[in-house]
Amino acid sequence: MKIIIVGCGKVGMTLAAELNKDGHDITVIDKNPYAVTATTNNVDVLGLVGNGAVYNVQIEAGVAGADLLIACTDSDELNMLCCLIAKKAGDARTIARIRDPEYSSEIRYIRDELNLSMAINPEQAAAGEIAQLLRFPSAIKIDTFTRGRVEIMKFIVPEGSVLNDMRVQEVFSRLGRKVLICALERGEDVLIPSGPTFMRAGDKLSVLAQPGESMEFFRQVGIENNAVKTVLMVGGGKITYYLAKMLEETHIKIKIIEENADRCNFLSDALPKAMIIHGDGSSQELLLEEGIRQVEAFAALTGFDEENIMLSLYAATQSKAKLITKVNRIAFDNVVNALKLGSVIHPKRICADMILQYVRAMQNASGSNVKTLYKLTDNGGEALEFNVGKDFPGAGIPLEKLRLKNNLLVASINRKGKIITPSGKDTIEEGDTAIIVTTNAGLLDLKDILA
Amino acid sequence: MNLAIVVYFLGWIMNLEALLMALPLVTGLIYREADWVYFGYVMLALATVGYLCTRKKPKNELFFAKEGFVCVSLGWVILSFFGSLPFYLSGAIGDFEDAMFEIISGFTTTGASVLADVEALSHSMLMWRSFTHWIGGMGVLVFILAIMPLAGSYNMHIMRAESPGPSVGKLVPRVKTTAKLLYIIYFSMTVAEVIALLIGGMPLFDAMCASFGTAGTGGFGIKALSMGYYDSAYLQGVVSVFMLLFGVNFNVYYLFLIRKPKDALRCEEARVYFAIVAASTALIAWNARHFFAGAWPALHHALFQVASIITTTGYSTVDFNLWPQFSKMILVALMFVGACAGSTGGGMKVSRILIGVKSVYNELASLVHPRSVKVVKLEHKAVEATVVRSVNAYFVVYFIIFAVSLLLISLDDFDFTTNFTAISATFNNIGPGLSMVGPMGSFGSFSPFSKVVMMFDMLAGRLEIFPMILLFLPSTWKKS
Repeated sequence: MKIIIVGCGKVGMTLAAELNKDGHDITVIDKNPYAVTATTNNVDVLGLVGNGAVYNVQIEAGVAGADLLIACTDSDELNMLCCLIAKKAGDARTIARIRDPEYSSEIRYIRDELNLSMAINPEQAAAGEIAQLLRFPSAIKIDTFTRGRVEIMKFIVPEGSVLNDMRVQEVFSRLGRKVLICALERGEDVLIPSGPTFMRAGDKLSVLAQPGESMEFFRQVGIENNAVKTVLMVGGGKITYYLAKMLEETHIKIKIIEENADRCNFLSDALPKAMIIHGDGSSQELLLEEGIRQVEAFAALTGFDEENIMLSLYAATQSKAKLITKVNRIAFDNVVNALKLGSVIHPKRICADMILQYVRAMQNASGSNVKTLYKLTDNGGEALEFNVGKDFPGAGIPLEKLRLKNNLLVASINRKGKIITPSGKDTIEEGDTAIIVTTNAGLLDLKDILA
Repeated sequence: MNLAIVVYFLGWIMNLEALLMALPLVTGLIYREADWVYFGYVMLALATVGYLCTRKKPKNELFFAKEGFVCVSLGWVILSFFGSLPFYLSGAIGDFEDAMFEIISGFTTTGASVLADVEALSHSMLMWRSFTHWIGGMGVLVFILAIMPLAGSYNMHIMRAESPGPSVGKLVPRVKTTAKLLYIIYFSMTVAEVIALLIGGMPLFDAMCASFGTAGTGGFGIKALSMGYYDSAYLQGVVSVFMLLFGVNFNVYYLFLIRKPKDALRCEEARVYFAIVAASTALIAWNARHFFAGAWPALHHALFQVASIITTTGYSTVDFNLWPQFSKMILVALMFVGACAGSTGGGMKVSRILIGVKSVYNELASLVHPRSVKVVKLEHKAVEATVVRSVNAYFVVYFIIFAVSLLLISLDDFDFTTNFTAISATFNNIGPGLSMVGPMGSFGSFSPFSKVVMMFDMLAGRLEIFPMILLFLPSTWKKS
């Protein structure tokens, strides 16, 4: 497909890189020539310097023949204008990043009126992810598939767990739980484990299971899981606002520490149930005073990555609370992952992933296309949900007879609502949805799983 | 410096060269000449070394601008080394430095020859000699980019290092598709010329060699009289038109292809290029009118010579060494101008001259109005300051290398015109100069040392200086 991306920030660049890998022709537009050069040097895309909301610039970028325009500059208004003009100038679908809470409250209206295919709010999406984690604090990351009937949860194998030194193939026989270990991270390596692979304490496991099943499994392997009842958030930005709004309906007690008095007033007005504390969140006294030792979850959500990391590291020394750390910059992934920061939330990565998911889904609506896509790990592991179309050549053939690519696993098959955790005898049939876990990037069609 | 990946690329270059040598080999077989075996030997050697280098893709894939430059410059050196072997092994060219000179002159599309008698060479050797022009014209690595399944960030660095012009852009988002498009345009125009020449009654072998020489703007003739041998205004006319066409920025053809003829015709560089051609032709035709039987022959030969020199091809229909001084000086000036950026031609490039002249004009304006702010514009767009800066640096380095080369070859004690035009003909990838190295002369009488100097000049000229110079910078080779 021909795709135009307006805005070469982190989101734009991540999208350009990923979509380019998928084989799309991409043109990026940004006002800043350095941002454009940085992108074109790293990724094989065409760069254009200019204001993406200008008709002539869009024409030069080829909007007339484009299939999709993604506006992800840091200005909501500019993004909307870009999409509006693209609609008039060509026949492309449009995706806009819109993050201001004032717009979000009427996002439906905006989307319809501007004819947007998708309006994405990174902060809201990040807040959604955090809310899910608070409901299931033992997991580092939770992705749901098949409308919530299947979950992939990532957690760290604790010291002294029965899983330590157990082979993957023994899980069912020894624990009697129908869960599937679909990815294993040890240090910087990601592997799709096979039967004889050993698990060790400290490994990050991604486990696929049905929701009821996973609860039991976690109990057995020695992970306590109680939904969080109190949460302390530092920083009163957009994510905090969205998160608090989402949690208001639950019984979770919310405490927010924010430095800016005006912002505190606004939050107090918008979030009547939350307790707003006006003060410096990086002051140890204040944190202790507000009970950092007692809270069950601690979320560092200020605007500064460094501060968030420091806060979480400090919280880890003071309490056993579930830690959530927001990190904006993706650049130092490996460093950040090596620290004990609990769940690290990258709003920009989440935003890019959601757009990616949409693009892959629109690619070939008729074939065996990707329905949802989740990045399991930051360095390559993906879980993809496919609709099985007519053209899938492996339909009806038992999995053990299919020649699948390496580092790839058929993790789950959903046949008319029935979830099958496949063994070698099972087949993939037309009309199913299948979840594939792999470290090979760029799977676009189900037939790509065949070697 | 990531040597592993550079070696990997060099391996692919060798594989490709092995493949390309099939053409002279087949030619040799068709004409039942004995020296086709030498191509076979070299192909075997290339394929073996190439296979060893490309067996495994290196793990470390870090590839930056530096690696791109080194890949390209080393690639060209290796290409030339192996390319010269058939000449040397078969004894067609006795001295190794002569064989190297001849093949570098081929790959860099210079067309300067050390041979006293071209017609003594066998068909397969002549074919290889002319075919190197075609290969070198658009670039070997660009070809590799077009056909090889290489994805990643390196392709832009390579394309930038190998393609001529002050700033290199892509036609379409992907380097691979861009490279393919360029080769499709290149290939179809070459075929068109072969057909046009066949219609005029030229034998197929001659038509192919002549077209390769034109397409790459090289200029190796297969006759001692170059194009003067074909005493047909039609054939010479076809060659002059195609020379001019291959000297135009290929972006223009792409714009025609995607049906934007208006944008294509607006191309400032191409307009200036044709204006220079028209003016020079008119002046030479007037100045040298006494040498010809009438106005038409005068215009015809003037146009051919102007096209041949400005596109840095170097074919000739007459011995322009005998023309009046004024005409010769115009030709010498055209040597420096060169063709358009993004074409197969050499020289400084019209766009660089335009940027240079415009920035000088701005400098002058700022002397009169010290506070005035002016940007340099080209193709109706502002030229980025970094591009202007690199153009200025290019001019400086260009003249330093020119002066040093001139100094070095003057050790041979030939006259000034010979030395000066020999350097400008090799450095600008043209071929013939004036006096001893005129269209009917050869570079054979220079000492081996001077030949090495000119080999460097040819490579530096084709790769636009910087990649070759980086090879000699110690910091390029430091482990970082």
